[in-house]
Amino acid sequence: MADISIEQVKQGNQQYLSFIMANEEYGVDILSVQEIRGWEPTTVLPNAPDYVKGVINLRGTIVPIIDLRQKFGIKTLEYGATTVVIVVKVTMDETQKVIGIVVDAVSDVFSIEEEEIRQAPDFGHGTDLRFIKGLANVQDKMVILLEINRLLGSAILPDPETLNRIIGNLEQQAQVMTA
Amino acid sequence: MDIDLSQFSQVFFEESIEGLAIMESELLKLDVAAPDPETINTIFRAAHSIKGGSATFGFMQVANYTHLLETLLDEIRDGRRQMQPDHVDMLLLSVDLLRGMFEALMSQAEFNDPKLPELELRLNNTLANQPSQTQSISPPQATMASDSKTLCWQIDFKAGADIMRCGNDPMLMFAELASKGTLTAELLPVSFPAWDDFDPEACYLHWRLRLITDEPLEKLKEVFEWVEDECEISYQQTAAAPSADTSTEMLSPSPQSEVDPPVAAPDVIALTPQVQALATDKAVASQKQSAAAAKSGESSSIRVSTEKIDMLINMVGELVITQAMLGQIGQQDEINQESLLLLQQGLEQLASHTRDLQESVMQIRMLPISFAFNRFPRLVRDIGQQLGKKVELILKGEDTELDKTVLEKIVDPMVHLVRNSLDHGLESPEARLAQGKSETGTIMLNAYHQGGCIIIEIADDGAGLNTHKILEKARQKGLVGAEEELSEEAIHQLIFRPGFSTADAVSDLSGRGVGMDVVKRNIHELNGSIELKSEAGKGSRFTIRLPLTLAILDGQLIRIGKHIYVVPLVSIYESLQVPTNRINRLSDGHELIRLRDEYLPVIKMYREFNHDADAREIKDGLVMVVDHNNEKAGLLVDELLAQQQVVIKSLEENYTRIPGISGATILGDGTVALIIDVAGLVKLAGIGSSNEHAA
Repeated sequence: MADISIEQVKQGNQQYLSFIMANEEYGVDILSVQEIRGWEPTTVLPNAPDYVKGVINLRGTIVPIIDLRQKFGIKTLEYGATTVVIVVKVTMDETQKVIGIVVDAVSDVFSIEEEEIRQAPDFGHGTDLRFIKGLANVQDKMVILLEINRLLGSAILPDPETLNRIIGNLEQQAQVMTA
Repeated sequence: MDIDLSQFSQVFFEESIEGLAIMESELLKLDVAAPDPETINTIFRAAHSIKGGSATFGFMQVANYTHLLETLLDEIRDGRRQMQPDHVDMLLLSVDLLRGMFEALMSQAEFNDPKLPELELRLNNTLANQPSQTQSISPPQATMASDSKTLCWQIDFKAGADIMRCGNDPMLMFAELASKGTLTAELLPVSFPAWDDFDPEACYLHWRLRLITDEPLEKLKEVFEWVEDECEISYQQTAAAPSADTSTEMLSPSPQSEVDPPVAAPDVIALTPQVQALATDKAVASQKQSAAAAKSGESSSIRVSTEKIDMLINMVGELVITQAMLGQIGQQDEINQESLLLLQQGLEQLASHTRDLQESVMQIRMLPISFAFNRFPRLVRDIGQQLGKKVELILKGEDTELDKTVLEKIVDPMVHLVRNSLDHGLESPEARLAQGKSETGTIMLNAYHQGGCIIIEIADDGAGLNTHKILEKARQKGLVGAEEELSEEAIHQLIFRPGFSTADAVSDLSGRGVGMDVVKRNIHELNGSIELKSEAGKGSRFTIRLPLTLAILDGQLIRIGKHIYVVPLVSIYESLQVPTNRINRLSDGHELIRLRDEYLPVIKMYREFNHDADAREIKDGLVMVVDHNNEKAGLLVDELLAQQQVVIKSLEENYTRIPGISGATILGDGTVALIIDVAGLVKLAGIGSSNEHAA
């Protein structure tokens, strides 16, 4: 968790916040993270997709909360005192939006250089994988780096089933790579 | 001593744009045949302060141009020039042009309207053409008449500091130049030395002279021969000057406007066709500009009367006192009966002050509707002229205030309605006379408060809607069955359908019906409604009803299962329990309740929103009767909770629009409650369209 200098940023060195979900580690660009909060009850939105848990009042701003497990088609967990909401800023249709994502736990902050990121393999689903920035090895762990703007900002995101398959494939890939 | 003037330029822009608005409205008021000297004075003052300010801030394009206007107005003011209709047209076009210049300056863009040199030349020609009774010349700003000219010279003359001490007076040189042609002189911004170094006998001035003459350059140079060495002089040929022999013809300026064919004009008044053509396409252009301005204006500043500010400051003062009082109680070691009483008093005061403060803050956003009405005299004049119709515009209730955001958004629908009235509502003067009406039609705009709403009426005394034609068209389009008969009112409602037009030929202005659906939608987006009354031969009246502000709403909290929603109080008629014998079930599953003489469809909210609810049948819950587009529907809810004012927050800011929901608010306990969009909910329930037919 070293501090990062401006030079490092210029060299394409980026910091990521990683979080755990279903034993898998994911990373998001730390510059898009606004804050990390505990779970609080939401106001349910009528006719919203399952993964939209509702909206909360974040100091006067109405912020939607999205369950990433559900979005990825992973079995949900019961929410508790340890459930974490990562509030991220994403760019959607050229405007910035603030969205909370529910994850199992926050893990680490680490720096990765651009060339260390490996492209996600093509699984031949013909699906848009651009929401995955790539895979990175951090301390012998495999981290799936997410392109958060594309993940939350895109309306053409694969359905949860396909996503689930992609995530499953990535897991296998990760096991092969770390083995 | 350097002062950064740019910090004041925003204020200058605002003032100048206000000044332009004054010029425009005064010009429209002006009776050309017998101009009121006070009106001309007002116009002159506005032009004068724009000129002065722009020169100070270094906006030379504006300063140079307004200088021409000022000269013209000054001559009219002094009675040296007779006011002509052409002058009003030129001045109005100039107002448009200047608006464009200011917009360009504000967005720091280049202003490159080809109309600028065109109009500049027209103004120069008018100024050069001296119909005055007395030849009073006041150099160096004098404009002089002369015979035929061929060339236009721009001479930059920077006087040497010692020029006066050598016995040379620039004034005399300019006077000599003026004798050779038509001279305009303008002072360029100059930098004076610091006060200590300032020599009152030295000359620091720098002029730019424009001379239209047929004399060769050498002759001009002769004038400055004596001072050549100590002054900086440059000569530049700008554009070929028009033939000033105005009695026979007037050439278009070249080379900028080679598109325009030369127009033969025996005198100034015969120019008007060209002026009109210019005016109309300018009107279209100014439409676009104003639309752009309205967009950019949304984030711009707001001018508030000091009275309102004073009130706010008073409120805050009171609040601070209350806070100090409460703080004192808080510092006491123990709370006894007495301090408890004080605490209660303090909290009451706090509540009252907070409410007052909220009201005062809202007041800041309130602007008189004249901001919207102001554009209409010009619009009506231009379009009326273009269509050859005689129109009188009556404005009422201009001081009625409403929220700035509402004001900005209502302008476009209003423009559309007024254009419609002009284009389709009002008949031509001949047709009016034939019908025994006065030749001049009237359009009336009226605004007033009613309850928590503002009502804006747009009425004309024209032909009214042609119900026969509308019905025919609707049958053609299959909107109405061939045999189906509709009431007159239902026929009128048809014009709000998308893509509906009854105009024989859709003109470039509008077709009554073209875009009416958009007008209706825009008004609905503001939580408002629009009504139409029309009588054949007597005219039409549109009534727009809008909430005063978009930021705060009086709401009724309701409960459905464990979910709490807010329903805008304005759309609620009543809430009641309905006994079984007044509930009818239709074959398609929809349920109706009988309320006095009416049958109302009921929307089961829990079903539309996919929630669990206590009351799943109408008889078990409460029915809230709401209004959507002047039609009633019932909403089935579990319970009514408190009524309260809620501050509207956007859901779309971070999420997306949800059908049936207009926004969100934060309740006293910090949780979020959603605000019901009644019209959207009715649409969601799928009972809107069938209802519209039946109406």
